[in-house]
Amino acid sequence: MTAYLAKRLAIAAITLALASVVVFAVLEIVPGDPARVMLGMNASEAQVEQLRQQMGLDGGPVQRYLHWSGNLLSLDLGRSYTYSVPVIDLITERLAVSLPLALIALALSTAIAIPVGLYAASRRGRAGDAISMGAAQLGVAVPNFWFALLLVYLFAVWLRWLPAGGFPGWSAGIWPALKALILPALALALPQAAILARVTRSALIDVLSEDYIRTARAKGMPWRKVLWGHALRNALIPVVTIMGLQFAFLLAGTIIIENVFYLPGLGRLIFQAITQRDLIVVESVVMLLVATVIAVNLIVDLSYALVDPRLGNRA
Amino acid sequence: MKSWTSFLAAAAVVTALSLPAFAARTDLVIGIPLEPPYLDPTAGAAAAIDEVLYANVFEGLTRIGPAGEVLPALAESWEISDDGAVYTFRLRSGVKFHDGSDFDAEDVKFSLDRARAADSVNAQKILFEAIDSVEAVDPATVKITLRHPQGAFLYNMGWGDAVIVAPESAGTNKEKPIGTGPFRFESWAKGASIRLAKADSYWGEPAYLDRVEFRIVPDAAAAVPALLSGDVQAFPFFQPDGVAQIEGDPRFKVEVGATEGETLLTMNNKKAPFNKLQVRQAISYALDRQAIIDGASAGLGTPIGSHQSPASKAYVDLTGTYPHDVAKAKELLKEAGLENGFRTTIKLPPPSYARLGGEIIASQLREVGIEAEIIPVEWAQWLDQVFTRKDFDLTIVSHTEPNDIDIYARKDYYFNYDNPAFDKVIAELNLTSDEAKRNDLLGQAQKILADDAVVGFLYELPKVGVWDAKLEGFWKDAPIQANDVTKVRWTD
Repeated sequence: MTAYLAKRLAIAAITLALASVVVFAVLEIVPGDPARVMLGMNASEAQVEQLRQQMGLDGGPVQRYLHWSGNLLSLDLGRSYTYSVPVIDLITERLAVSLPLALIALALSTAIAIPVGLYAASRRGRAGDAISMGAAQLGVAVPNFWFALLLVYLFAVWLRWLPAGGFPGWSAGIWPALKALILPALALALPQAAILARVTRSALIDVLSEDYIRTARAKGMPWRKVLWGHALRNALIPVVTIMGLQFAFLLAGTIIIENVFYLPGLGRLIFQAITQRDLIVVESVVMLLVATVIAVNLIVDLSYALVDPRLGNRA
Repeated sequence: MKSWTSFLAAAAVVTALSLPAFAARTDLVIGIPLEPPYLDPTAGAAAAIDEVLYANVFEGLTRIGPAGEVLPALAESWEISDDGAVYTFRLRSGVKFHDGSDFDAEDVKFSLDRARAADSVNAQKILFEAIDSVEAVDPATVKITLRHPQGAFLYNMGWGDAVIVAPESAGTNKEKPIGTGPFRFESWAKGASIRLAKADSYWGEPAYLDRVEFRIVPDAAAAVPALLSGDVQAFPFFQPDGVAQIEGDPRFKVEVGATEGETLLTMNNKKAPFNKLQVRQAISYALDRQAIIDGASAGLGTPIGSHQSPASKAYVDLTGTYPHDVAKAKELLKEAGLENGFRTTIKLPPPSYARLGGEIIASQLREVGIEAEIIPVEWAQWLDQVFTRKDFDLTIVSHTEPNDIDIYARKDYYFNYDNPAFDKVIAELNLTSDEAKRNDLLGQAQKILADDAVVGFLYELPKVGVWDAKLEGFWKDAPIQANDVTKVRWTD
């Protein structure tokens, strides 16, 4: 197990280093100049050059890469060009929205998907299966921003139970802040739940055709016990893998939902930073996300070992 | 039981106190589509900065009023020398910055010298170009000497980029703006909202509202439910295509006014075939402006024939110069030796007037034989490729700066237009302060641009404001980029 862990950690470190080169290089070749974006159409070229120097953009790319990656190692993410505040402050402010949102959405989608998947698998080929998988198909097909707008019209405009958007901040109290996250979390969770339910169903169906299930049934074990005890645990590996991928998506892939609900999350920060060519913010946030994805994958890999003890022993 | 009744009594008192009869509301949430990158109007071109802070938090020597007129602000009066080169401003007394420090002539000298310094990064540095020296004669008097007379000088001093800041706070205004206006800055939750509160120390007529929150609502589709749910009570700059959903609802008022945004189909005047007058004229004839307005701006907006806002006193109606005429366009292309048409590209920045307008224009050009390939670009790419490197054939952008016809006289501007006769008119305009003479010169300038068909003049961008019907005091037009809420109040 220790050797397995050490190997996984080494791979993670190499991946991070490679990612930093790729992220920096890709953003270097994106056309656009943050100084010109700030000064607009009435400023002279000489003035733009002046601002470029003040922003520290006048060094060569290699020099700037070494400076940036060196700072990253000491966990210094640099200062934003446009906001001129430390990038780490911007990220922590946004994580206070994005992290709870992602967690709530993930919890919701799991809570919906696993029972639906179980139900559909156990009714394979029957009406219940067709209805729940039909609903899941719809959930995958409907764009989440459209679904988000439906939720807003229903719960904010018509019933007036929840705000139409915005985020009051955690300082306004736990309940007002949570209220602001309910609709976006739901809008994010449903399409994810639909995917997860389908994966759960097909993984279960595979497992249910295994010999040991037949054996358990033949021994007279109750169907519920077979399903929850034997089948679900063995079907979890693909499900946990998908959940890991979904978490990374929920953390940053939510630009559209954050726009519809005008939430100050990480996705919006990246989007704003890209349009303003605040490259240092983009680079640092992307690296943070890469690190998160790697960490989540690592946790997922380790949890395989928990779900399936053979994997841990083998390594 | 006793404690129960006293609780009820207390509750009744609290309710009575919290609902004072007939007192109007004093808080307001305004929706804005773009977040300012920072809060210092002297440090960036983003219109979003002025749309929160101009007139509300920061003031200049003069200010621009709702009809585009120059009004006194921190200067209560001024004298202009006979040769038009020396301006003596009398400053208001008893003015305080929001941090409690006094405002005086030294602050004016500091602000203007800072804006025009060699290392200045003021996005409109050009406004201060004519200034030769700024002198604080006494705490209440400032004398500004110009290198040459400048007709628009008082107007220029009313821009958001020319507001007066204090030396103590100038360095931190980006994060924590300190001005002299009727509202002081309270807080900024990045990505979410900016809050202002009434400044008790304000020198002038106090604002009606106690609290104003500017909430960032980037998605046009989210703006409508935000209004309908009551979360946001006003969108002074609303997307035209959302109006249909609000119009006719008695709870809301929709006001359509004018902006200073001339929406242009810009042609690269130095690049073949757009260097030929007949080609530019052919394109101008090919454009059906009303169809463009209907498709790209929900039918709102006024067609233009040159570069001046129809709301301006100097406006000359030149929309008849090139009426929509496909036959005429084809004939001109034939004269230019392009009877089989030609292929070209059109670069479109993100705003919907450009993306939607570009599709419509491409199909109108196809009717006269011009195949324009559509290339969508982001704003930063547009600034880099089109504006800075002039690597384009056609593009669409709205020029939102007020009174900016002089951009056609700028050397090296991305239009690549060069006409000494036009430059002469603008040079004369710069030296003229008499309004009638200025309007005459502006008329001549508009005529030259129309005759030269420098660009395809499309339409004046509308200002569509939507707010709760119980609110009044918003500006109908947008003569400058601002959301002046100093006169806004609830009427019930």
